[in-house]
Amino acid sequence: MSSVLEADGLGRRYGRRWALRDCTLDIPAGRVVALVGPNGAGKTTLLHLAVGLLEPTTGTIGVLGEKVSDTPAQLGRVGFVAQETPVYPALSVADHLRLGAHLNPGWDDRVAQERMQQLQLDPSQRAGSLSGGQRAQLALALAVAKRPKLLLLDEPVASLDPLARREFLQGLMEIASEQEVSVILSSHLVADLERVCDYLVLLTASRIQLAGEVEELLATHRRLIGPRRDIDSLPAGQQVIEASHTDRQSTLLVHTEEPIHDPAWAVEEVSVEDLVLAYMRQGTAAQRDPSPVWGVKR
Amino acid sequence: MIWLAWRQFRLQAAIALFALVLVAVFLAVTGAHLRDLYDASGITTCRAHGDCAALESLFLAHDKVLRNLLGPSLLAVPALLGLFWGAPLLARELESGTYRLAWTQSIPRTRWLAVKVTLVGVASIAVAELFSLMVSWWFSPVDKVSLNRFTPGIFDQRGIVAIGYAAFAVALGVSAGALIRKTLPAMATTLIGFVAVRLFITYLVRPHLVSPNHLSAPLGSVPDVGFAAAPAGTTLMAGSPNVPNAWIQSNQIVNAAGRAPSGQYVHRFLQLHCPSIVETPSAGSRPAPAAFKECIAQLSTSFHEAVTYQPASNYWPFQAYETLIFLGLALVLIGFSFWWVRHRIT
Amino acid sequence: MIEFHLDARSGVSPYLQLVHQVRHALRLGLLDEGDQLPTVKQVVGRLAINPNTVLKAYRELEHEGLVSARPGVGTFVTKTLSDDSLAAHGPLRRELQRWLTKARRAGLDDESIEALFGDTFRTAALEVVA
Repeated sequence: MSSVLEADGLGRRYGRRWALRDCTLDIPAGRVVALVGPNGAGKTTLLHLAVGLLEPTTGTIGVLGEKVSDTPAQLGRVGFVAQETPVYPALSVADHLRLGAHLNPGWDDRVAQERMQQLQLDPSQRAGSLSGGQRAQLALALAVAKRPKLLLLDEPVASLDPLARREFLQGLMEIASEQEVSVILSSHLVADLERVCDYLVLLTASRIQLAGEVEELLATHRRLIGPRRDIDSLPAGQQVIEASHTDRQSTLLVHTEEPIHDPAWAVEEVSVEDLVLAYMRQGTAAQRDPSPVWGVKR
Repeated sequence: MIWLAWRQFRLQAAIALFALVLVAVFLAVTGAHLRDLYDASGITTCRAHGDCAALESLFLAHDKVLRNLLGPSLLAVPALLGLFWGAPLLARELESGTYRLAWTQSIPRTRWLAVKVTLVGVASIAVAELFSLMVSWWFSPVDKVSLNRFTPGIFDQRGIVAIGYAAFAVALGVSAGALIRKTLPAMATTLIGFVAVRLFITYLVRPHLVSPNHLSAPLGSVPDVGFAAAPAGTTLMAGSPNVPNAWIQSNQIVNAAGRAPSGQYVHRFLQLHCPSIVETPSAGSRPAPAAFKECIAQLSTSFHEAVTYQPASNYWPFQAYETLIFLGLALVLIGFSFWWVRHRIT
Repeated sequence: MIEFHLDARSGVSPYLQLVHQVRHALRLGLLDEGDQLPTVKQVVGRLAINPNTVLKAYRELEHEGLVSARPGVGTFVTKTLSDDSLAAHGPLRRELQRWLTKARRAGLDDESIEALFGDTFRTAALEVVA
């Protein structure tokens, strides 16, 4: 399986602050990838590096098998929807499509027209007077009509109402089902992404905390509830991600490849949201406390 | 990309075209009137015979207000172009975030910038020069009378310098937009920068662009010869000779060896050769014209006026050099903008 | 044409929910042999879920022999489950009703009945496998 995005030791610094650090990723093609993390974690930085709006300070990043560059060929293979879905307020909807047609040799007008029909947008309406949801859909149409192999979306639904959010994701999934395209979308809301994504990358405090296929992550993490126990007493194969204790009871989130045999534990599966929250909490705790912390990196 | 650059520029171009047409009509009407006045003034026939000062000042008294308005307003044109066409070019895209849309289509950002800058640059140069030509046409009767093409403010409105000014203003605006990334501060910076550079070049660079000519003018041939009391004696002063369409850069009263006389020397000379003048109290009263003339004749034997000046024939070299300077500055700034956009915009 | 829905809180993975809904529709007779299942595009366009989820569900159904995918055309039902339709099992249903009456008379509430049934069902399933 080929990689759609490869990063090795990728880092980006602004002055003295590292916006992204030690980022090593190998994301397989054909997935819908969720890039999650709190605000300021580095999601936008990573996406901008992938699309060529930023250059790395350290490390390398490659997309679709080639180094990220400013060439028309590479730009034509990657579609991008930036945060707040910028559009030109004075230009009409039809003007934006013409913009896409003129600036992209790979433009497929049928795709654009089909999306416009589905959205029932008035072509002569100025983009500045569109609602947030309509703007997001327009930006999405612009990004996909050039038939990219990789589609990057930076918090596309963050400021949309629930209906607009659902409609956007519906449109995005239709596109994913029709075109041979890998999708990476970032969000600080996990709930949206659970139904849509099959690969997860978690960024906290400018570092990758977690990356992997959702199925595999769910299969290798369990919640253990049982009598109060010291976490060092657990078998080696069980990595404790998060532990909380009362005087009588311990609740642990563990990563393990093997089934849990200890009968003292009640074993539960975790949801993607639980997983993400637990790793996020560890990540921000590590930021405050400089001593090393567990993090699963794949 | 040309389509997009034009589509974004459309409104600005329409406004400029509208202004051009409006001004053209206005100038055509008032200019025709001015020409009629000139033809009726009799100056052309008078010129053949000699001094027409009276007719000239009569003619120049017409439309004074209009003249004083038109002149300075043209100086504003390149600045306005830099402000409204140059500064927002990059600043608006960076401020509103639309650059993230424009630079992720299939063309590199340098090509995007190149097309936009070329379109706006060429349009600015054309508009500025058209304004300049129109106003030059309008002023031509006045210029024939005033013969002061080199005067700062008039030099800038004629000829081809508007090309340089417009190119520089736009380039300055684009660079300011690249660095500052916000439209209004970029516009303010462009205005201040433009005015500062224009003033600097007009007063500190322009005088040195071509080496001047020298002439010696006898004191009897120059106007406004006079004396003033000074702490160290008496100062001898004189006005510049009247060389049409030339630029008098300096004049100084010197002796045969080229040295300026000291106040003491002048005072003693006057006491010796023009006693009637010295006796008359200095302020307010005037000495008798005949005695004064005799005094000047005396002075002329020892002193003359050393004048450095640019002859009328140097006018076009000055225009060319100044235009090239501003075009050069524009190119440097545009080159910088490209480099900045390519490597530094994050 | 049937329509899918997803219960995000059921704890059952999405693709299995789709599989169950198809089987349920087949049992109830809502789907017949030759009927077309909604296209992947239609399903994700309504539910906003990953296309791979739908593909996985359809592959599972194909593996069970219930549907067959025709490339470029769609996925079609090949076998109904109406032979297993609930209507055909009258005697079993009546026996079950008698057992339920007995369980209630023994004092079991709904949860206890479900727990007893579930536990016995699982134990019996393991015995079948073994």
